[in-house]
Amino acid sequence: MSLLVFFLLSIVKIAVVLVIFLTAVAYTVLLERKVVGRIQNRWGPSRVGPFGLLQPLADGIKLFLKEDLLPTAVYRPLYIAAPIIALACSLLSISVVPFGADIRYKGVDLFQIADLNIGLLVILGVTSIGVYGIALSGWSSNNKYSLLGSLRASAQLISYELALGLSLVGVVMRAGSLRLRDIVNIQAPHGMLSWNVFGGLQFVAFFIYLMAAYAETNRAPFDLPEAESELTAGYHTEYSSMKFAMFFMAEYANMITVSCVATLLFFGGWTSPFGNLLPAVGGPVVQALLPVFWFVLKVFFFLFLYIWVRGTLPRFRYDQLMGFGWKFLLPVAIANIIFTSLWLAFRAG
Amino acid sequence: MHSQNYFWNYLPLMMQIIVAVGLGCSMVTMSWLIGRHRKSSVKLAAYECGVPAEGDARGRFSVRFYMVAMLFILFDVEAVFMLPWAVIYRRLPAITGSRMFGFWEMLVYLGFVLVGFFYIWKKGILDWAQDKGDL
Repeated sequence: MSLLVFFLLSIVKIAVVLVIFLTAVAYTVLLERKVVGRIQNRWGPSRVGPFGLLQPLADGIKLFLKEDLLPTAVYRPLYIAAPIIALACSLLSISVVPFGADIRYKGVDLFQIADLNIGLLVILGVTSIGVYGIALSGWSSNNKYSLLGSLRASAQLISYELALGLSLVGVVMRAGSLRLRDIVNIQAPHGMLSWNVFGGLQFVAFFIYLMAAYAETNRAPFDLPEAESELTAGYHTEYSSMKFAMFFMAEYANMITVSCVATLLFFGGWTSPFGNLLPAVGGPVVQALLPVFWFVLKVFFFLFLYIWVRGTLPRFRYDQLMGFGWKFLLPVAIANIIFTSLWLAFRAG
Repeated sequence: MHSQNYFWNYLPLMMQIIVAVGLGCSMVTMSWLIGRHRKSSVKLAAYECGVPAEGDARGRFSVRFYMVAMLFILFDVEAVFMLPWAVIYRRLPAITGSRMFGFWEMLVYLGFVLVGFFYIWKKGILDWAQDKGDL
């Protein structure tokens, strides 16, 4: 296989994945507005297109046409760089996520952009860099709401990152690898029973991950950085037009990434929940696309859960939030590591 | 693992970085070019709920943030130490010849970490709302 083929196929993969990903981001926003609308006993967007399906398009056009303000008090280089950092970081993690089984065309993996043996570390690292977008936007805006919002966000993000990182140790221990395909493959043999969340006995880790991830993406009930009742909009108060939208795109892209990672690490990735119980149907194309279907279904479930939680739970108080992260999630994550290592040591013998 | 050069795997990631940053930059530029600009001094002032802004946001005020940041570094290093151990954990019995060796080693390490954790907890650093003069 020549480098040129590899290069060209990679470009095609990146283009396809990014188009699908950005569309998914736009429609997650619509899904959220619809579902939250129904939870609050109203219809949500319903005017643009059938069932409001063209609403994301209309929103995008509207946001592009809006006036792009550059307030006088801001520190311009960072004010402009912050949304770029936030969006770029949120679009990076998807490149190491495998969507389907390891099917190769001319030696190139079709369902994964970059097959790295440190995939999980890449996701953790890129998520950490995402803090800069929020911290810099709040500071450079030179607005008190923004500053408070970004300080809250930074403290919250780094605090919950600990619990997040430690909750994944058990999963890594079971797979013995940081490569996402290896982590999924070890959950493949018996369908649902060998998923990390059930058969791997990682359900505690899963709940720690879920809560920490909600805090990492600034989502309800941990959306203190943008608590509109006290901080207007938090770190993006001073932003307008597409720069404002880029923070939102980053947030929803991060939601999708988190859902993908939760699916990969705890819910068996692209594997079928029924293992080999379902008879193999269809030709090779169906067999190649079926895993993608399972993957998307699981990711959709997590996205729905995100929205459901947002529509249901009230917001935390900030000291409760920090206390919950440090005094509850962190010790429980460490206890989970000890328990998992004991279990693995005895089971191996 | 693969027939191709190992570093090739990182090429798509680099391309993704370039594309993602490029996308962000082009969006900012596009919206600056497309949107109309009608400035006014009130519009460009910092938003403060409709009242004239009092000073700017560059003043100093006490945040617990720096303490959290320091603790984060300590505990994140801990997490970083855990990951290589976790990767090799199931192979450790074969390497060391003892089934529980890896477990006890990490338990000792975690013990040290937990003593530190207990200390900062009792010191009140994790009590976000409690105001202590010496922090």
